[in-house]
Amino acid sequence: MNYYNQFKANTQLKLSPFFERTSKLNESQEWRRWSGYLSATNYELTHENEYFAIRTKAALLDISPLKKYLVEGPDALNLLDRLVTRNIKICKVGQVMYTPWCDENGKVIDDGTVQRLSENRYRITSAEPNLDWINHVATGMKVKILDDSETTAALALQGPNSREILNSISEISLNNLKFFWMLNTNFNGMPVSISRTGYTGDLGYEIWMKSENALSIWDLLIQKGSAYGITPTGLHALDISRIEAGLILLDVDYISSRHAIIESRKSSPFELGLGWAVKMKKNDFIGKNSLKKELERGTEWEFVGIEIEWSDLENHYRNVGLAPGLPSTAWRTSTPLYFNTEQIGYATSGTWSPILKKYIALAHVKNEYSKKGTMLDFEIKIEHFKKTTMARVVNTPFFNPERKRSCPA
Amino acid sequence: MSSLKNYDAIVIGGGHNGLTAAAYLGRAGKKVLVLERRYILGGAAVTEEVFPGFKFSVCSYVVSLMKANVIRELMLPKFGLEILPLESTFTPLENDYLLRTADSDQTYREIARHSLRDAEAYTRFGPLMGQIGMAVRPILETIAPNAIRPSLSDLFNTKKLLDHVNTLTTQQFEYLTKLMTMSSADFLDEWFEFEPLKATMSASGIIGTFMGPRSPGSAYVMLHHYMGDIDGAFRAWGFQKGGTGEVSMAIARSAEHFGVDIKTEASVMNVIIKNNKAVGVALENGDEYHSDIVISGLDPKQSFLNLVNENELPGEFVQDIKNFRIRGSSGKVNLALDGLPDFSCLPGNGHHLRGAISISPSYDHLENAYDEAKYGNFSKKPFMDVILPSVLDPEMAPPGKHVMSCFVQYAPYNIRGGWNDEKRDAFGDSVIDTLAHYAPNIKDIILHRQVLTPADLESTFGLTEGNIFHGELTIQQLFALRPAVRWADYTTPIRNYYQCGSGTHPGGGITGSPGEMAAKKILGIL
Repeated sequence: MNYYNQFKANTQLKLSPFFERTSKLNESQEWRRWSGYLSATNYELTHENEYFAIRTKAALLDISPLKKYLVEGPDALNLLDRLVTRNIKICKVGQVMYTPWCDENGKVIDDGTVQRLSENRYRITSAEPNLDWINHVATGMKVKILDDSETTAALALQGPNSREILNSISEISLNNLKFFWMLNTNFNGMPVSISRTGYTGDLGYEIWMKSENALSIWDLLIQKGSAYGITPTGLHALDISRIEAGLILLDVDYISSRHAIIESRKSSPFELGLGWAVKMKKNDFIGKNSLKKELERGTEWEFVGIEIEWSDLENHYRNVGLAPGLPSTAWRTSTPLYFNTEQIGYATSGTWSPILKKYIALAHVKNEYSKKGTMLDFEIKIEHFKKTTMARVVNTPFFNPERKRSCPA
Repeated sequence: MSSLKNYDAIVIGGGHNGLTAAAYLGRAGKKVLVLERRYILGGAAVTEEVFPGFKFSVCSYVVSLMKANVIRELMLPKFGLEILPLESTFTPLENDYLLRTADSDQTYREIARHSLRDAEAYTRFGPLMGQIGMAVRPILETIAPNAIRPSLSDLFNTKKLLDHVNTLTTQQFEYLTKLMTMSSADFLDEWFEFEPLKATMSASGIIGTFMGPRSPGSAYVMLHHYMGDIDGAFRAWGFQKGGTGEVSMAIARSAEHFGVDIKTEASVMNVIIKNNKAVGVALENGDEYHSDIVISGLDPKQSFLNLVNENELPGEFVQDIKNFRIRGSSGKVNLALDGLPDFSCLPGNGHHLRGAISISPSYDHLENAYDEAKYGNFSKKPFMDVILPSVLDPEMAPPGKHVMSCFVQYAPYNIRGGWNDEKRDAFGDSVIDTLAHYAPNIKDIILHRQVLTPADLESTFGLTEGNIFHGELTIQQLFALRPAVRWADYTTPIRNYYQCGSGTHPGGGITGSPGEMAAKKILGIL
């Protein structure tokens, strides 16, 4: 072990294996924290070009701060089946499943993906550290759990051109790789796994590699991708696209039940719009009994998309002599929603959608106000004064291009 | 013998609680006199220039739990209260270290270097203690009830406290029960695996008590300390600019602002009692002062076994006070340094010198140190809580020089054969040797050393047996039992005689709380 004085570095935050490159490309030098890592907010002075790379070209994102766990052994399947709410037994080798996992009271701890790497070997990705919880669930099982977060680096390549870029590098073609499947291939002899997954709701891939190959693979992608408009992309652009895709974010749209200080801060999967991912026919999984009871008595909260009506918003601004003001980036401030004068919910993240030209948000509302088309009042501040403006409950994802799931003919 | 002018109230002892009580009474328009035996105010919260150019917070060295409303109501910032944050806790080890800082990402990463599991558990431990602290803290802010004959307001207040505790979830209540009964070592073992982390956290369960981390009851002491540390808004662990004496001086200035008279070098010999009623005090120089009430800021043993004649008190109460546990367990070593200590495991200057430095590598280290004290010796390898005040406030020492404050445990008051100069030196040597084990340059940079044994703490500061809290903060002598049942509301069996020191609820530390609540109780009666 090497006991160097790590507290003398120029930054006290962790540096991703790609930092050598990203630090030099970040023209704005704007950084955010992501799981203790220094992570680019935007590479250019504004995030617009990066956002449009996601939707029209190919955006390259360093997602190494994700937590990654390898689960291996004869009981790996049993462990996962017990841990998550989805039916992991139907997950084939080479398949990926998005799923939440809950505590004994059926409240969501985290959400992420489970990749089946081989018969008895899985990778779990998550937003927060979950090693303690996974170990707790694995009590008495024949299974090895390894925190792979720092030895595996990861990139997301998202956008309509992402497949072509990867095909120009990968030994194996990605043409037949279906949405939420993965394959192992290599780039110039360097082994990588590629999953057709992402956090943008677009055609896109996530590339998993050994940390020591990180810089070579970054260089290769930039080199081959430049003809296709590959663009290093930061968290601002990602945040807009994930809201358009209707994807939730831990600690923004909900709080892990492991960290929620009071009961009312916890959410069940049903309250987060993840009912589709809860398989009540499964024999048993953690939280099942509580979720069954919740289904019987009905869920109190629903998670919905809302669209803030343009004309009403415009009127408010016109009244003070201004053109409509719109958020330039995605926001994360909890914002009240009313029905008549009663508060019946709150939006947790929202953005102006540059591709849809709509002002959209993700919101928690009381069950009876969650029906599509319900008109609510959304709180805004105009010239320091609080107002409410009309908002409509709509389906998510807000943006869902066909290319996300399709394969070339 | 001269009889001097009359006061509404006389406070015996110019420690920070006595001054606080006086300031509150002055603020309410009362004519108050504070009498301090020493030449300087502050009691154990005192700054003295023991070696030219070097200022020592001689005894108490950090400010914990100073009540926010006391700070506001006495306008202490206006009178010089400036508390600088203590940023980190550094535990040096053999060839390695543990450094916890104020930043959660940095601390997560540092703990994960030793144990990933602990790093995760640590992120949940703090908020849990915060919730429990929130439910329990109102107890510290309520005048303790008379548990034998509760008044209506006692019942009302107790009901309110129970309502607070009832806000805890079942699981949180389970942890509270454990904290009330377990040893800090057993409690922390349920959460963590990395020994230096557990040992350092357990250390706050032994400070000021004659217990080891494996002694049942130490978990509660840990919670008591945690309450100063949990709530961002009230967070008050820190270092007073100019040393802790400046906290006392700020309170004294506030008191004078409210018209309080303060006299130093005025040693009270006894409380004058007529018809079981306190009517004034007699000084050693023969002066007498008369007042409607007398308040003692001294510890319970001094207040009831020394300042008044035992036969003025009910026998049972005298027995309770005699049983009150006040065993001194700690000493203090203050050093004037020519430079900074250089730790082998983390050389050079850095964040790690800006906070607490804890010599607590393992439970065994702490428990062995305790074992020696149990059998009448000082610890050869003691537990230490060290800070470098001059790193936080350069005015504490000449430019480029430093002062170091070492709180040392264990040093029993009742040492075999009694304390003498030789033993004091040997105790000082064991402290320096223990430090030198981690920071070898320390011996070369010492310009002056001040060693205070429990016997010194008693003779200089009037702390019985050298106990820094005026009595241990163990559960059987807290709240309605501090210092004795029925007399936990600052009243005493002698009419017009009150108590306001750390030996009353809610106990020791620089909180201002006993002084404030005693004054409020008195103002409710007067």
